[in-house]
Amino acid sequence: MASTDIARGSLERHGLSDEQLRAIFRNMLLQRQLDNRGFQLNRQGKVPFALGSEGHEALQAGAAMAFDRGKDVLAPYYRDLGLCLGIGLTPYEILLSIFARAADHNGGRQFPNHYSSKAAGLMSFSSILAAHLPHAVGAAYAMKYRGETGRAVLATCGDGTTSEGEWHESMNFAAVHKLPFVMLVENNEWAISTPLAKQMAQPEIWKRAAGYGIPGSRFNGFDPIQTYAAVKEAMDRARSGGGPALIEGTCYRYLAHSTDDNDMTYRTREEVTQRRSQDPVPAFEAVLLEHGIMDAAGIEAMRKDTLRETNEATDAAEAMPYPQPAELYTHVYEGAWQPWQS
Amino acid sequence: MATIIMPQLGETVTEGTVAQWLKNVGDSVDKYEDFVEVSTDKVNAGVPSPVTGTIRELLVKEGETVATGTPIAIIEEVGAGASTSPPPAPATPQAEAAPVSAPPSSNGAAASSDPAAAGSDAALRGASPAVRRLAREHHIDIRALKGTGSNGRVTAEDVMAAARNVTTAAPAHAAPAPGPAAPPPTGRTSTYAQPIPGTIVPLTQARRIIAERMVESRRTAPHAWSMVEIDVTDVWAWRVREKARFERETGYKLTLLPFFIRAVVESLAAFPLMNARFNAGDGATAPSIYVNDEVNIGIAIGLPSNLVVPVVKHADKLSIKGLAAAAGELIDKARKGKLGVDDLAGGTFTVNNNGANGSWASAPIINAGQAGIVTMESVAKKLVVRDDDTIAIRSMMNCCLSLDHRVVDGYVASGFLADVKRRLERMGPQGEL
Amino acid sequence: MAVVSTTGSTVMNNVEAVRATLYEAMKNDDRTVILGEDVGARGNVFLITKDFIGEFGERRVIDTPIAEASIVGIAVGMAMEGLRPIAEIQFADFIYPSFNQIVGEAAKIRYRSNGEYTCPLVIRTPYGGGVRGALSHSVSIEALFYHVPGLKIVAPAFPADVKGLLNASIDDPDPVLFLEHKKTYRLIKGEVPNGHYTIPLGKANVLKEGSQLTVVSYGLYVHWALEAARSLQDDGVSVEVIDLRSIRPMDKTAILNSVEKTHKLLIVHEDNKFGGIGAEISAMVAEEALFNLDAPIRRLCGPDVPAMGYALPLEEEFMSSPAEMADAMREMVKF
Repeated sequence: MASTDIARGSLERHGLSDEQLRAIFRNMLLQRQLDNRGFQLNRQGKVPFALGSEGHEALQAGAAMAFDRGKDVLAPYYRDLGLCLGIGLTPYEILLSIFARAADHNGGRQFPNHYSSKAAGLMSFSSILAAHLPHAVGAAYAMKYRGETGRAVLATCGDGTTSEGEWHESMNFAAVHKLPFVMLVENNEWAISTPLAKQMAQPEIWKRAAGYGIPGSRFNGFDPIQTYAAVKEAMDRARSGGGPALIEGTCYRYLAHSTDDNDMTYRTREEVTQRRSQDPVPAFEAVLLEHGIMDAAGIEAMRKDTLRETNEATDAAEAMPYPQPAELYTHVYEGAWQPWQS
Repeated sequence: MATIIMPQLGETVTEGTVAQWLKNVGDSVDKYEDFVEVSTDKVNAGVPSPVTGTIRELLVKEGETVATGTPIAIIEEVGAGASTSPPPAPATPQAEAAPVSAPPSSNGAAASSDPAAAGSDAALRGASPAVRRLAREHHIDIRALKGTGSNGRVTAEDVMAAARNVTTAAPAHAAPAPGPAAPPPTGRTSTYAQPIPGTIVPLTQARRIIAERMVESRRTAPHAWSMVEIDVTDVWAWRVREKARFERETGYKLTLLPFFIRAVVESLAAFPLMNARFNAGDGATAPSIYVNDEVNIGIAIGLPSNLVVPVVKHADKLSIKGLAAAAGELIDKARKGKLGVDDLAGGTFTVNNNGANGSWASAPIINAGQAGIVTMESVAKKLVVRDDDTIAIRSMMNCCLSLDHRVVDGYVASGFLADVKRRLERMGPQGEL
Repeated sequence: MAVVSTTGSTVMNNVEAVRATLYEAMKNDDRTVILGEDVGARGNVFLITKDFIGEFGERRVIDTPIAEASIVGIAVGMAMEGLRPIAEIQFADFIYPSFNQIVGEAAKIRYRSNGEYTCPLVIRTPYGGGVRGALSHSVSIEALFYHVPGLKIVAPAFPADVKGLLNASIDDPDPVLFLEHKKTYRLIKGEVPNGHYTIPLGKANVLKEGSQLTVVSYGLYVHWALEAARSLQDDGVSVEVIDLRSIRPMDKTAILNSVEKTHKLLIVHEDNKFGGIGAEISAMVAEEALFNLDAPIRRLCGPDVPAMGYALPLEEEFMSSPAEMADAMREMVKF
């Protein structure tokens, strides 16, 4: 769906205030800034690896707006920079991860983009696709087990991950036990070099919901408001004991998978250029301008501010020390256990 | 009171008969004075008293036969507290004593099949880490142990058992400090009651082994000794004639040694009992004499802090030139500390070139596991009287032989020596090396 | 279940020991949940959790779908979110699909999050052969997992150890693989102290003292080894038998102390020889106690074939008997 399809004249806000809409936009700008900063640092030779999320800004900002901070739990994957930012991770924390500093939540142990924050409810995850989904389901079970309401687990993944066995096992278990679990699939049409057509026979992932006996829906992931609505609806249902849902947000991956990937080996520049016309950042900017929620000066100021914030966070994080070599040996177990115990 | 026991008058003697008492009860007797005549199946011997004193009791009747070690008389000694032990035997001169750092009994026989070959280097090679460590800690030479493990292996338990025996052995073994143990029991104090000032020289491994081997050899083999004088004028001339060319061709020096060894191996062929060893036997096997088929000549080499005896294998198959090269190589290796275990193993007879410092006689200690060891003393020009009573100046060299009297008697030994002399005197002044 | 006194002891077999321990854990801590295939209505295929679902409810005793990867993965998530789950893999032979969740996830949660997240998880599974279990009901799996930092593994052989170590595993703040040898379930009986107690991980047990040979084993085979060692006593052969009990961490002190005394080491285990537990023990002893060894270290282990067969001759060929163990012990003592 092109951005011009977002309603002119009247804007379906789904209850979002101007402030919230501006916050959504700021998240999108900041995501793009930070995303790009990772690549800049890589080209400067300061970090060995960067992984981009351009194209996901609306989807992640909208979903983050539907997330209840302090209550809900997020089980993201490694392309969820904006979503993690949106639920409370700061640019400084994100850059500590990029620079692999000791003060990083993971102590510099994980790849960048593998965020973790107990305080923000952000579950630690690995690079193994779908391995985090049973964890998310287990966390949801714990919530239900304790009789908690008003909180749920929002799990995300890409289109490729839905092929994993553990994706299926997680959906199945969540459905059997009617858990407070929302599976948000960010369908950007590419799994590294594998296009959707090679990944699955049924290209509409949301339709699998019927197979699990749970609600499913699909929305325009380039539209942050539609995203917000879809995620809110599913999370509200889950929080109130209504059980899990499978929701699919469509978008597009504008960059290669990571700095270690060359996407021109498997798709055309024309395709990417053509899909750029749907870029959610300028699209939502236009919506805000059109409906008078922000003006050009305000947007310009916001751009400058997010850049300032990005720069300050970069400088602050870069100045922090690396972990000491002795840190390698900590946190294997609680306590000083050796494989050979004396 | 001194109790006198029936002595053992002969290697295999187990009993003796009191043939005649030469003293009666109440008689006084001097130390070293014969007081009884004892007969065994081999000899009749007067037995000297070990002490000066008075005969108090005669415990055995004349004509009565008792086992060796049985008390036969009691003598009251004169002078309370006098030592009852006999004076020490006169010390035998030891010039270049024959070392026994080579394994004593391995004549190529595998250690595993021969329990008597407990001292072989195979034991060292097969020693487990625990055995080596325990042996080191307790100062046990595992080559001297009889292994109770599989294939005769020395086990850790064997080492520990040996260690326990060592610590309960006579104090003489354990005393590390120099000086007399106690003042003589005369009641008078001596300035030498205190230890004589000196320095402790810790034993090197080599020194320890040499000490053990020397004691073992003299303790087990009754050494007898003989000497001949050899006219080496002609063989010396032959050597001088060949010397330069030999050194040029081989890089080794040509000494009298290979000529001597050549004579020795030929004599050993004629007197094979000299190329043998005495097997004491154990509970399972009877004692025997073992005559070696191979003639492997050990060459005693004195190094600054060690004595090594590398072996020229199959020396009987080598020419003088071959012997010279083989000996030269071994001597060279010895000086460079590069002798291997195989260089030191398998000797059947030993030659000691002893003349370097002018010695004209020496009584070497036999390499345990052999029947004899022969020396070359220094070569000196002497005036000799020939058979036709003319006088000549000749180069003369003494050749000494220590022999294991269990294996050979003087008849064979002197025959052997005479044969060596004859062969050497017939060599030169030229010939094929 | 009857109320048992907390003093004295009760005779029970290994399966009863597991059951009794799980029961007490469920009673004493609301955070404890049990999940696995057939653990609820069926009460586990060995009846370990029989009637638990009736007493504790299906919220706490969960019959999962047939999906081993997510049995462990969901338990990981439960643990990360504050529960104390005890996951069961019905037979160790079925554990392979959950390999990533165990090795790649559970073992690394604490480490990768720099201690922010933890994974207090117990994975229980019956392993081992001798029950005509053939290809898929007989394997030993400890060698696949003991290599992994971040995991702990225990394999008790006696009922008293089952209880003490299971309690310790449940209390442990890190993931523990709890291995139960299925042949010992009903075969091995023993006194089990009443009341709650734990046995620390990483501590072996010297079952029998001896002076001429150290035998290290675990699981079913430690019973055979003990029987073999006892049978040699009348011949004056003195063998020390050590039950490892804990595979990771493993008790270094017990093994080294014993080898220092006996100078000889025989490792006996059912698992395949190549790369089995015995290999690590051999390496450690060679590194740390070479000069105490009076004989090469020997490993009497399962043959390097994929499995013991269903046919009895194949199973018997795979497994070692007390007589075979006694022969090996005798040979080593004579060396």
